[in-house]
Amino acid sequence: MAPAAPRSGEAIFASVEHVNSELFTLTYGAIVRQLLTDLEDVEEVNKQLDQMGYNIGIRLVDEFLAKSNVSKCVDFKETAEVIAKVGFKMFLGITASVTNWDAEGTTCSLILEDNPLVDFVELPDTCQDLYYCNIFSGIIRGALEMVSMKTEVTWVRDMLRGDDAFELKVKLLKQVSEEYPYKDDE
Amino acid sequence: MQFFGGSEISPSPPVPTASGNNAYVLYIFNRNGVCLLYREWNRPLKTLNSQQDHKLMFGLLFSLKSLTAKMDPTCVDKGNLGVPQLPGQGCSFHSFRTNTYKLSFMESPSGIKIILVTHPRTGDLRESLKYIYNLYVEYVVKNPLYSPGAPIRCDLFDTTVDQYVRGLG
Repeated sequence: MAPAAPRSGEAIFASVEHVNSELFTLTYGAIVRQLLTDLEDVEEVNKQLDQMGYNIGIRLVDEFLAKSNVSKCVDFKETAEVIAKVGFKMFLGITASVTNWDAEGTTCSLILEDNPLVDFVELPDTCQDLYYCNIFSGIIRGALEMVSMKTEVTWVRDMLRGDDAFELKVKLLKQVSEEYPYKDDE
Repeated sequence: MQFFGGSEISPSPPVPTASGNNAYVLYIFNRNGVCLLYREWNRPLKTLNSQQDHKLMFGLLFSLKSLTAKMDPTCVDKGNLGVPQLPGQGCSFHSFRTNTYKLSFMESPSGIKIILVTHPRTGDLRESLKYIYNLYVEYVVKNPLYSPGAPIRCDLFDTTVDQYVRGLG
């Protein structure tokens, strides 16, 4: 029996249960607001959002793999394409694009044209250093770590700070190969 | 334990063709060798204690995967036996059969390994293993009380898997 072909992001997005997008946006906004009140330091909030994203990412990857049926990606280029076209589409309904590949194929940029998290959001002057969508960088980092890729994800352009799009730089640090986890003690 | 959400689990489960116990044992491992779930329905002979049994099973599959990938005649890359493989390279085996049982195996790219031991005349169980993986996602991964990397203690998951596996032909 041939394995099932990978499903497109659109098809999966259509088949999962949807949550009201305003509820989603406002809930995220409330979380960031609460973090700012509790931690007061913008850098701390950035770190905390990244950590939260990481915890989400390590679980999200299994759901992604189960629903989308993608087989193992051969190289990082394919991985980035899959994240942009299937991953973002499936969970948020947006399509991202992949550009700016470097010579070795280990760094690329993910560009998000629209972003449901930032509807109705404006950054006040006291929070100009805040990466409001930092949860995305944690999610991507966490998810890729579960498929044996150590990456570094940073924001290059942020629409809340006046740029024209959201751009994430994803850099592959190394691929961790599988090792036998038990020590030879018997 | 409450289960929130009612999204359809896809793919839809293969139609059960026979009732009764055709499955013997089920294991679920994660990428670090931790046995997340062990269920048995029919296992009269037990030679090892459960720790050793899990280690043996994990080790067996780890080595088998490595061996089958290295022996692949269609593969261009000629790595040395024993060198750890990068994920994504090589073929993956999915079952082996002896005269008394058949072992079916599925590994997700995130390292979750599902092993089902059934009677030898069972057909291809790949779709069924995928369905069990979907169940794992719905009941375990999405469960906020579950910490990743720990053995699964979720009654709802246990009963659902039990019901499903008993229905397999």
